[in-house]
Amino acid sequence: MTEPTISSQKAYLDQLKRRKKQILFSQIFICFLFIFLWELGTRVGWLNDFIFSSPSRILFTFVHMASDGTIFYHIGITLFETFLSFFIVLAAGIFLSILLWWNRTVAAVLEPYLITLNSLPKTALAPIFIVWLGNNMKTIIVCAVSLAIFSTVINLTTSFIQTDPDKLLLIRTLGGNRKDMLKKVIIPGSIPNIISNMKVNIGLCLVGVIIGEFLSANAGLGYLIVYGSQVFKLDWVLMSIVILCVIATALYGFLGLIEKLISREQARHPSD
Amino acid sequence: MKPLLDVQNVSYTYHTVSGETKALDRLSFQVHFNEFLGIVGPSGCGKSTILSLIFGLISPEAGTITIHDALCNHHAMPIGYMLQKDHLLEWRTIYENVLLGLEINHQLTPARIKAVHQMLNDYGLEHFKSAHPSQLSGGMRQRAALIRTLALNPGLLLLDEPFSALDYQTRLNVSEDIYTILRKKHKSAILVTHDIAEAISFCDRILVMTHRPGTVKEVVSIELSLKEKTPLKARSAKEFQDYFNRLWGDLND
Repeated sequence: MTEPTISSQKAYLDQLKRRKKQILFSQIFICFLFIFLWELGTRVGWLNDFIFSSPSRILFTFVHMASDGTIFYHIGITLFETFLSFFIVLAAGIFLSILLWWNRTVAAVLEPYLITLNSLPKTALAPIFIVWLGNNMKTIIVCAVSLAIFSTVINLTTSFIQTDPDKLLLIRTLGGNRKDMLKKVIIPGSIPNIISNMKVNIGLCLVGVIIGEFLSANAGLGYLIVYGSQVFKLDWVLMSIVILCVIATALYGFLGLIEKLISREQARHPSD
Repeated sequence: MKPLLDVQNVSYTYHTVSGETKALDRLSFQVHFNEFLGIVGPSGCGKSTILSLIFGLISPEAGTITIHDALCNHHAMPIGYMLQKDHLLEWRTIYENVLLGLEINHQLTPARIKAVHQMLNDYGLEHFKSAHPSQLSGGMRQRAALIRTLALNPGLLLLDEPFSALDYQTRLNVSEDIYTILRKKHKSAILVTHDIAEAISFCDRILVMTHRPGTVKEVVSIELSLKEKTPLKARSAKEFQDYFNRLWGDLND
């Protein structure tokens, strides 16, 4: 009786593996098909490559801009701004959430304001930031931070407040105060929440940075896109968009990796 | 001799939006040194409220609660509180979990840490120090929770239905373990439970409470003809059933 079970188990696993392979193959195929049709379209004249650029023109532009390093300068600026705003959101978000957890009255008073600010399309604020802060990086950072900070504070405060009350009671029965609750239960218990929040925030910060660069910048991928479209260098525009696709995916993947590492660390089963 | 704990005419009222509920009404009782007192009563009669009041999580509306000076002077924490569930923190190892109380009270002294190691060895957890709570059985988890409480060396233990989350067999074993440990360490205890048999097998005296607002209905001293009482042996003592019937009657009229 055991033999058929093993072979049917093997067949099941093989089928799973085959399906996984099929999906990966299809994904890669779509990417290549897209690039191929785009290139073909511009070559045979279905698409005007002055407006639509083409994969080869993008590659050529990239190599050209890479040879004198300008593209890395623009990528570097955008990444720097993204990370800076991301860390500001992370630090300020956790700090403000702790304050709101600490003082429920303040939290209750501020709640409608936070909800309003969170629902407001933050892009509407960008022009004001330029007027207030000037045509510089400060505006871009504020723009990105404003995009992510309100949802972060709302999410983390909710997560802090919803901590299992029995766990907080435990801290009190061991003679602890609110600071101990925060240090021993609330923060460590909210780490999965903080990380999933970070995964959303890195994307939001990138969006905010690009919006900021559209409006006030003289460097960065957002600047390259706007400037390129103004002087009809569509090669720059489309190349920047392709690079943004890569950056966005890489940043998300990077945080996914951190999440995995931390959850593995938490569920670590040391030899015993 | 002055009692370890003296509760005199204590009243307490809960306030909610929908109204106020008088939980306790002029409740008085005492706990003596090395005594295990059981508190049984219908659900909602304020059993857990008594423990919160004694521990000082809440203050009585009227009446006084006096703790003997000896308890305050000789212990890192005079009173230890064990909750219904173990509430071991999943992100900490068992060792880190049992040190939580010492950590919070800034009492991580070599002597106390040594005592914790000794308890982990004595209570069969020495191989699970670096394990996480999810790897332990219910009984082991409850023993870890007990070590966490005992690490602070309290003189009086408040046990709030500490076995109720366990299955029947584990519950009997854990109650036997905890009884033996507490007796050996000459602790006093208050056990709140809705399980009459558990109260008879564990306690020296049982306080039966009335419906809300809770007050003392009767105090029953448990005297079994056993040379050395433990919860399991108590269940087979010949007086056990009589006490059970008496308390059952008290709770049901």
